[in-house]
Amino acid sequence: MTDTLIAVALVWVGAAGTAVVLTRDPLNQAFVAGFFGLSLATLYLLLQAGDVALSQLVVGAVALPLIVLLSLAKVRSHRHTDEPSSTTDRRRTPKGDG
Amino acid sequence: MNARARLVVFLLAAVGLACAFGVAFAGIPHFGAPVSAYAAILNHLSEPSRQASDVVSAVSFDFRGVDTLFEEYILFAAVAGISVLLRPLGDETRHLPEDEAPDRRIPPPSPAVGLLAVTMAPVLVVTGLETVTHGQISPGGGFQGGVVLATALFVVYLATTYARVERFEAGSLIEASEGAGAGGYVIVGLIGLVAGSAFLTNVVSLGHSGNLISGGTLPILNATVGLEVAGGFVLLVKEFLDQTEVIRGSGT
Repeated sequence: MTDTLIAVALVWVGAAGTAVVLTRDPLNQAFVAGFFGLSLATLYLLLQAGDVALSQLVVGAVALPLIVLLSLAKVRSHRHTDEPSSTTDRRRTPKGDG
Repeated sequence: MNARARLVVFLLAAVGLACAFGVAFAGIPHFGAPVSAYAAILNHLSEPSRQASDVVSAVSFDFRGVDTLFEEYILFAAVAGISVLLRPLGDETRHLPEDEAPDRRIPPPSPAVGLLAVTMAPVLVVTGLETVTHGQISPGGGFQGGVVLATALFVVYLATTYARVERFEAGSLIEASEGAGAGGYVIVGLIGLVAGSAFLTNVVSLGHSGNLISGGTLPILNATVGLEVAGGFVLLVKEFLDQTEVIRGSGT
């Protein structure tokens, strides 16, 4: 039973890891990476490494996606404030700070 | 370098890598093999000699306490580096998004998000404290619990506005928490020296395994690490939030 669960978790980790690589948009990638972190935490838990599973859960599902998302928000707001003179993009400028 | 030469170089490297991996994997224990002699010794030793039912905590904070000290300072240095890297530069100013367009009302988060945050934040604080204080009994400890504690503040941010969260997180208090946590670990280590044995020796009364107060210095070290990690993560995210929300380039 446990072996089956571990096998399922291993396949899940492999699939989720591949999905992270294949996701090209960084915004989507942050979410997929969080999901990948969750799969790793499950695998560690099934291998009876409770401490490592907890660490992986808090870092992979909380800290990493949060920092990636905040960096993306900064980069986007920067891109918007950089080109307010180009009339084509003026429409989007006020949206930068969401 | 043309494509053909690149392919040759890649193939050479790939064959070398495959050989090295093959040799390395031939020597590893098979899946589900019995634990190593070191793990067996630790499993037998940690409960009678340290009164800690979580062997991992006993290893990281006692048998290999100095390693954890260095790990703690890696995080400390990383957070300090982020603070320096993301500081407001000379040509950048701080103002809230509301100041940019006073006539435009920023829609508040929905009541559902608010309700979720009101429910989640206290649960996260209690879970974090539980994880920090029970490190010597069950899986968990200062690092995991510290991050959970920091998460409570992120949830408040999700449900309110930046201005409100900034009132919460007194910058000096968080920096003090991080510093106290990092320094506290060393002070606990020095207690060992004062008591006449080696640095980080477990000299405090051990208590009984399974009780909340057990494991000697383990809960104390977990508490210092919890302080350091909670402060560090809040500071880390605060620096990123500052950059996203209030720091503007001179061009705006």
